[in-house]
Amino acid sequence: MEAEVAVVGGGILGISIAWGLQRMGRDVVVMDEGDFALRASRGNFGLVWVQGKGYGMPDYTRWTRRSASLWPEFAEELEDATGIKLELSQPGGVEFCLSDKESEETVLQLEQIRQTLGGDYPFELIQHDALKKMIPEIGPDVIGATYCPEDGHVNPLYLLRALFTRFTANGGRVVNGSRVKQIEKSDHGFRINSDNEIHAGKVVLCAGLGNRELGNMVGLRVPVEPSRGQLLICERVVPFLKYPSVQIRQVGEGAIQIGDSKENTGLNDSTTPNMIARIARRAARIYPLLSHLRTIRTWAALRVMSPDGFPIYQESDTCPGAFVVTCHSGITLAAVHALALARWIGGEVQPANLESFSGKRFEV
Amino acid sequence: MASVLKFKRRFNSDATQVTLQFESRSVQAFNGETVAAALLANGIDFTRTTPVSGSARAPYCMMGTCFECLMEIDHVPNRQACMVQVADGMVIRRMHGARDVEQGE
Repeated sequence: MEAEVAVVGGGILGISIAWGLQRMGRDVVVMDEGDFALRASRGNFGLVWVQGKGYGMPDYTRWTRRSASLWPEFAEELEDATGIKLELSQPGGVEFCLSDKESEETVLQLEQIRQTLGGDYPFELIQHDALKKMIPEIGPDVIGATYCPEDGHVNPLYLLRALFTRFTANGGRVVNGSRVKQIEKSDHGFRINSDNEIHAGKVVLCAGLGNRELGNMVGLRVPVEPSRGQLLICERVVPFLKYPSVQIRQVGEGAIQIGDSKENTGLNDSTTPNMIARIARRAARIYPLLSHLRTIRTWAALRVMSPDGFPIYQESDTCPGAFVVTCHSGITLAAVHALALARWIGGEVQPANLESFSGKRFEV
Repeated sequence: MASVLKFKRRFNSDATQVTLQFESRSVQAFNGETVAAALLANGIDFTRTTPVSGSARAPYCMMGTCFECLMEIDHVPNRQACMVQVADGMVIRRMHGARDVEQGE
C-alpha cells in the first residue's frame, strides 16, 4: 500500500491530523493498532478547556486558546458534512474551590498565566454567594469558583466518529488491527512494517504512549509517561448543569460524568473502589443532589504525559519527513491540530512559535 | 396493548400470585419473577421512551447490562425492571425520557 502520508495511531490526534491533511488534498492512510491499544481517545473526559492551561509555557496557553476559538467552525464543518452532532457547548467553565487554600492556589496560578500573557487572559474568582446565583445547585462546602468564559465541552466519542466518517467518506484509508513493528527510511520516504507493508512519503507518529518506542525508529526521543485517570458516569437526568468543570459535567444526552483523578500506576488502567469513592464524595460536596443518582459505569484511562505536561511537536533531524505529535489534551486541541498543525506537516505553513513544542526542550 | 402475547411462562409456577399496579391497571405476577419478566408475560409491549430520541423501548437483555428496561418502580425513577423482583402492590410506571435530578429516593 502506498500513500503520501502515513499516520500511525487511530485515536483523536491521529484522525485530527489525518483529516486536516486530507482537507489540503493529501492522500493519507491511518494505521490503527486495534482494540488491544490503550485507547486514551475512548476514555477521556471531553473538555474543551482553557483555564489553567500553559502554566509555565505561555505559547501553550496561546495555542490552547487558538484551538478553543477555532472549535465552533471546526465542529460546524464536521457536523454539516456528517450529520453527527458533536454536542459542543462553550458557555465558560468553572473550577470549584472547597477550601481557602485551593482557592488561593488556583487564583495564583491563573494570575501568573495572565501576567505572562500581558494581561490578556480572561478569568474571574466568584465567591459562594454570587456563584450560588449563577449555579444554584452548589453545596455549602463550595467556597467559590474560578470562571473562564472560554471553556467548554464536547462529546469526544461523537467527535471521533465524525472525524473517521468524514475521512473515510472522502477516500481516506484506515488500516485497523495492525500494530506497526518497524519504520525504515526508504528511497521515497518510509517503509512501515505492520501486517501490511506501507510506503509513505511522510510518517506522523500519533500513537500516544506508543510514540516512545516508535520515535526511536526515526530518531525522535519521545519521553511520554502514563497518568491514570478514573471516571464514573451517572444515570441520565433532565439537563440542569450548564457549566462544565474539570471534575463534573453533564453530557449532551443527560448523563453526569465525574472524574479528574491522577495516579502514576504504569500501564495499569483498571479502576479502584477507593478512588471512585473519593471522586464521588467530592462531587457530592460540590453538587449535593448528585448523591441521589445511581452510578452506571466506571472506567479508567491513561493520559499521555510529557515531562512538563505540554505537547511535543517535532520533525526528526535524522529522518526528515518523520514527525511526532503527542499531547495530553487531544480533544481541546483537535481543532488547531486539524486546521493548523496539519498544514505544517503538509509543508504549507508553520504555526508561530512552533519550536517551543519541540522535544529538544527535554535534552539538557 | 396486550393483543398478542409474545412471551409465555415456561412453567406453571407454584409461587404465590401477586398483583402489581402498572400505569392505571392491575397486572398479575408470580413471586420470584422480575418486573420485566412479569410485564412481558402480560403482553406489555413497551416499558420506556428514551431521553435521546423519544422512541419506545422494551426489556432486551434481561440480565442488567443494556439498560433498555428502565422504569419508575415504587416512585423511584430509572430502575432496571429486569433486576427488581416483583412484590405485591408494587407501583410501576413507564419511564418517560430522563429523570429529574431533584427527585430523591
